[in-house]
Amino acid sequence: MRQKTQKTNPVKEILLENLVEEKGYEHPYQEDLSLISQEDKERMLHAGVNLNSKERSGTFIMKDQSVIHCNIKQPGIELLSTSVALEKYDSLKNYWWKLLLPDTDRYTEHVKNHDARGYFIRAKAGAKSYFPVQSCLFLEDPGVVQSVHNIIIAEEGSELEILTGCTSNENSETSRAHLGVSEIYVYKNAKVTYSMIHNWGENIQVRPRTGIIVEEGGTFISNYICIRPVKDVQMDPIARLVGKGATALFNSILVAEPGSMMDIGSRVILEEEDTKTEIVSRALTTGGVITARGLIRGQAAGCKGHLECQGLVLDGGGQIYTIPELDGMVSGVELSHEAAVGKIAQDEIEYLMARGLSEQDAIGVIVRGFLNVEIVGLPPILKKEIESAIDKIKESAF
Amino acid sequence: MMLQIKDLAVSTNGQNILKNINLEIDKGETVVLFGPNGCGKTTLLMSIMGLGGYKIEKGKIIFKGKDITNIPVYERVKLGIGIMFQRPPTVNGVTVRQLVKLCGDEDLDVGEIAGTLRANSFLDRSVNDGFSGGEIKRSELLQLIAQEPDLVLLDEPESGVDVENIALIGKAINKLLDKGVMKYSNGLSLKEHHTRRYRPGLIITHTGYILDYVPADRGIVFMNGHVVCGGNPFEILNIIRDKGFEECKKCDKKHKRQIQ
Repeated sequence: MRQKTQKTNPVKEILLENLVEEKGYEHPYQEDLSLISQEDKERMLHAGVNLNSKERSGTFIMKDQSVIHCNIKQPGIELLSTSVALEKYDSLKNYWWKLLLPDTDRYTEHVKNHDARGYFIRAKAGAKSYFPVQSCLFLEDPGVVQSVHNIIIAEEGSELEILTGCTSNENSETSRAHLGVSEIYVYKNAKVTYSMIHNWGENIQVRPRTGIIVEEGGTFISNYICIRPVKDVQMDPIARLVGKGATALFNSILVAEPGSMMDIGSRVILEEEDTKTEIVSRALTTGGVITARGLIRGQAAGCKGHLECQGLVLDGGGQIYTIPELDGMVSGVELSHEAAVGKIAQDEIEYLMARGLSEQDAIGVIVRGFLNVEIVGLPPILKKEIESAIDKIKESAF
Repeated sequence: MMLQIKDLAVSTNGQNILKNINLEIDKGETVVLFGPNGCGKTTLLMSIMGLGGYKIEKGKIIFKGKDITNIPVYERVKLGIGIMFQRPPTVNGVTVRQLVKLCGDEDLDVGEIAGTLRANSFLDRSVNDGFSGGEIKRSELLQLIAQEPDLVLLDEPESGVDVENIALIGKAINKLLDKGVMKYSNGLSLKEHHTRRYRPGLIITHTGYILDYVPADRGIVFMNGHVVCGGNPFEILNIIRDKGFEECKKCDKKHKRQIQ
C-alpha cells in the first residue's frame, strides 16, 4: 500500500487571475435593514450576525465590494467605512499598512492594488461597547474576489467587542474568493474581543491577513469559529505584545467536513516583560484536512506563553496536522505546549453508556466536551451553531 | 429475585475468565464479593452491565424477571442497573455537574446532593480530570445517587481512598442502599426503614475496608472465575484478613476435584 504523503501546506494558492476582479461595486446601500432578504439574513445569522437584535452596538455590512450598511448607535464608538474614514481623518494613514506589509504575499498585494473596502472601528479613550459591533462580509456575485481592508483602534482604557460574520449566498456553483486585511491597534489598558465566524460555502477560498499590536496592560482576545464547509481557508494572524503586561488569547474551533481544507495558525510575539499569551485550538475532522499551527516567541524576561492543540480525527478519511512552535530568545521566558491528535475513546463512550446514554448520544456529549473551549463572550447563536455541528457529527459517526 | 445469574461463562480477549457462575441477589440484600486480584470480580460486574470486550460464552443474566443477557448497556440502565467504576476514564470538557444531570434529569439540584458528598469543589471540573482517588469515588457516587438505580454495582469503592474519604463514601453507599444509621424525617423507625429496603447492592472489595462502614448481608468468595464460598461476610473477611486467600484456595482445590 502506498503511504499517504503529508504536505506541510496542503492549501494551494488561489488563481486570482481566473476570478473576476473588478466586480461587486454596484450593490445598493440599504438604510433599512428590514429590506435585506430573508435568505441573506438567515445566512448571516449562521455567521453570528443578527440584524434584528437590539444587543448590537452597531452594524456594518459589505456585500462583495459594496458597503451596503454602516450604522453605529453607541456614543464613544465610531464605525465608518474605510473609504469615508480615510477622507475624514488624515492621520488614518499612520495606521494604514503599518502592521502588515503589502508585499507579504500575493493576497496582500491584491488588496493593496485593488480598491479594497472595509470597516474602520474606533473606541475612544475610556469608551466601553455595551454590546458587540457586528460586521458582515458577504459574497454574492459569481466569480467575485472580495478585497477587504479593516482598521480597528481601541484607545487607552477602552473596551471594544467586535463580531465579524463571514458568509455568502447559497450559490455554490462558482468559485469566489475573500481576501481580508485587518490591522488591529490595542492601546494602553484597552481590551478588544474579536470574534470571527466563518460560514462561507464549498467553493469559496479565504485568505484573511491580520496584524495586531497590543500596548502596556492591553488585552486582545480572538475567537475564531469555522464549523461549516469552505473550499479552503488559510490564515496565520500575528500579534505583537509591545507593552509590559499585555495579553493575547487566541481560541479556535475548527470542524472540517469532506472537501474542506483549513490551515489555521496564530502567532504571538512577546516583546516586553510580563506579557502573556495562550493559544488554544480544537480541531475535528469528519473528512476534511486541517493544519493547526501555533507560534509563540518569547523575547523578554518574565513573559509567559502556552499553546494547546487538540485534534480529533473521526471516520471519513480526514487529516489533522498540528505544528506547534515555541521560540525562547532570552533567559527568563516560560513557554509550553501540549498537543494531541486522536480518536473518540471507546472507554469514554462506554462510561457514558453506563449512565444511560445511547452510543450516539454518548459520542455527542464527548464531542461537545471536546469543542467546549471556554469562549469569552460567545454569543448564544454560536453556541447553537456549535450544537448543530455536533448533531451532524453524531450522524456521520455512524 | 432481583438478579439471577445462571451458568454464566464469560471470556475477554479470548481468555475464559468466568466459568459457570451461579448467583442470586434478592431485593434489599447487600452482597460482598471477595477474591484475589484477577479472579474475575470486575468481569462479573462488567458482564452484568453489558460493557464491550466481555463476551458471554454461555448462561443467562436475569434482572427483575427479564433476560438482559444480550441487551445494550443503556437499556440495562433504563431497567435500573447502576455501576460505580473503579477507574473511570476522563471526559474532557464535560463537567461533573453536566454528567450528573445526564444521569438524573435536567431539573436536578446537583448542588444539594453534592453537599452531602462534599463534592461542590469539583462539580465544575471536567469529569475525572486530575481527580484524587477520593474525588473519583465521590463523583461516581454522585452520579449513582442522581441515577437512582434499583441495583447498585460497586467496584472496589475503597480503592485509592484515604481513611477520611472511606467514611464519607461508606455513608453515601449506606444512603443508596438504605443501610446503617441514617436520619430520616418521615417518622419511621430505622427498623421499619430497613425492612422496607428495596435496592440490592453488589460490592467488590479486595481489602474489605468498606465493611467497616457498610453492613453487608452476605459474602461470596471468587477464585479463578467461580464462586468457592458463601456466608457471613464479616466471618469471611476475618479469615481473609488473618490467612489471606490461602484458606479459600483449599476449598477451590476441593471444588475443582468435585468437578473432575
